[in-house]
Amino acid sequence: MLGLNKKDTSLLIIVGILTLLAPFILNPFPSDSAMAQFNAGYPDLMQRFVIFGIFAIGFNILFGLTGYLSFGHAAFLGVGSYSAVWMFKLLSYNVIPAIALSVVVAGLFSLLIGFVSLRRSGIYFSILTLAFAQMSFALAYSVLSNPKFNLTNGETGLQVYADDPQILQGANAPDLPHLFGLPMRATYTLDVGAWSFDFNAGYYLCAVVMMVVFYLAIRIFRSPFGMMLRAVKSNQQRMNYTGLNSKPYTLAAFVISGMYAGLAGGLMAAMDPLAGAERMQWTASGEVVLMTILGGTGTLIGPVLGAGFIKYFENIFSKINDNVLHSWFAFLPDGLEDAVVFLIHPFIGKGWHLTLGILFMLVVIYLPGGLVEGGQRLMKWFKRKKSGTDDAPSGKTEPAE
Amino acid sequence: MAILRVKDVSKRFGGLKALTDVNLNVEENSVHAIIGPNGAGKSTLLNCLVGKLMPDTGSVLFDNNSVLGLEPYQINQMGISRVFQTPEIFGELTVMENMLIPIFAMRDGAFRMHAYETIANEKDIVEQAEAMLEEMNMADKREMHAASLSRGDKRRLEIGMCLSQNPRLLLLDEPTAGMARADTNNTIDLLKQIKDERDITIAIIEHDMHVVFSLAERITVLAQGTPLVEDTPENIRGNPKVREAYLGEAA
Repeated sequence: MLGLNKKDTSLLIIVGILTLLAPFILNPFPSDSAMAQFNAGYPDLMQRFVIFGIFAIGFNILFGLTGYLSFGHAAFLGVGSYSAVWMFKLLSYNVIPAIALSVVVAGLFSLLIGFVSLRRSGIYFSILTLAFAQMSFALAYSVLSNPKFNLTNGETGLQVYADDPQILQGANAPDLPHLFGLPMRATYTLDVGAWSFDFNAGYYLCAVVMMVVFYLAIRIFRSPFGMMLRAVKSNQQRMNYTGLNSKPYTLAAFVISGMYAGLAGGLMAAMDPLAGAERMQWTASGEVVLMTILGGTGTLIGPVLGAGFIKYFENIFSKINDNVLHSWFAFLPDGLEDAVVFLIHPFIGKGWHLTLGILFMLVVIYLPGGLVEGGQRLMKWFKRKKSGTDDAPSGKTEPAE
Repeated sequence: MAILRVKDVSKRFGGLKALTDVNLNVEENSVHAIIGPNGAGKSTLLNCLVGKLMPDTGSVLFDNNSVLGLEPYQINQMGISRVFQTPEIFGELTVMENMLIPIFAMRDGAFRMHAYETIANEKDIVEQAEAMLEEMNMADKREMHAASLSRGDKRRLEIGMCLSQNPRLLLLDEPTAGMARADTNNTIDLLKQIKDERDITIAIIEHDMHVVFSLAERITVLAQGTPLVEDTPENIRGNPKVREAYLGEAA
């Protein structure tokens, strides 16, 4: 179907079903139960899952296929956000031109940065991209925000004000981002017994966009172009002596992944019309690296899983505080309860990074192929258990990384 | 007619004269071996031919076109393929993919943005790759990762990748270095077969005299960065200067 083989088609369909039904799947607990805080099915978080999924899918096209580790991809995300907000300010709150411009601008910006950074490879390439991203951050944070020429509105962040031109904004159009009149914040809440499910317009826009770009990523992975990118990672020497110029291939991959990042940035602004410089900071660039590695570098679905995993931790684990812990362990004797809470305390709330770090280390050490490898091992284990015999291990070798 | 003409090529690295006034003609459709003791400048010469090094002086003409100053991929596109001392293949890719890449490079040139096509739809290219794998006796290994092949198979694959581009000149850099006797003999047989079946010029740098004398039609002996003699294998064997410079201890 759609030019994909059977396996990829079923993967696409499964991902499609999961994203469509996400409001149900992410809200498994009744809304007034004690477990409700583990529900992730609220619009804001669901939007972030898919937006960072897009970001990571694009990053994986560069890092997973060519092996070039960029530490500056947040710059493209930030540029995308700024472009989108500028479209809101100048044209209208319709998200289509905003998202289109963010992709184009991020593409041009990544062409420039990629052209310079790709003169080097390995660690030097990473450092160059990091330097560019930090320069972009500094530009956005202060340099490009002065009374004479205010492109980014500095610390406050770029936002839409009442006196902005908005030349195409109709009289009746909603005064917040919308898709031809459908506000991105529009949410329909479905109550079923004790459960409540949110269906948000913005989420579904992001989900459709993600499905499209996920499909494109599969096409790239399976194309001759994708094969050439993997050849870049595998052996550039052989590539050059086979009549192939590896530079335009890596630059093309860099620009494509920059455009994915710009798209993610544009969608972020479309969900919440505000763009701040902190989106470009190196921690944001590092986050997408973590997502990709955690999910499974070079796999199709890995980056999406990694993005979901990290965003879930960031939003759910960070909300658990000592009071919540006390209520969980209330059944223990008082002294013991305090001791347990004291032990767990560093890993929750603001300490969620600690938990994430430990999980990341465990994954990198024991599952170098990321969550995808974990899933594959589980499947194998189940299959072996089912058939009751120890099948000969398949001839496939583990990806070296 | 000489397909490759090396004229007055010199190269120095700091104070070391690696090559001094090297003149060399490789005749079309011949097998030409370049031999010489360690440090004679064999690898430097080869690197000057493929665009890795730029000689200080002199010229290198391939089919009457200069190759100096060109990138390796441009020289390859002119019709020169290189086999490395340790097989350079795409280890993480499958054997089939290894074979597809050079054929794509032949058809599409140094770069093409074929990001929305599928490999399976490129029937011509897939057929060519399958035929080449068949010729190399590797059809049964097509789905294996190239890194997991044996040393001999890696060499076969690399030679097959080069041949799939129908090069006019095949450069081999010590193709049997570090190989067991059986693998060496297999490689010799393969190269003989290639020589008999194709219109191809082979230039080979080699240490192993067994390989050189079983394949070469002309031999150039390099010593201290300059060609000592160039002659047929029979005459090289009997040449006292060569014995002195190189074969002395071996013959």
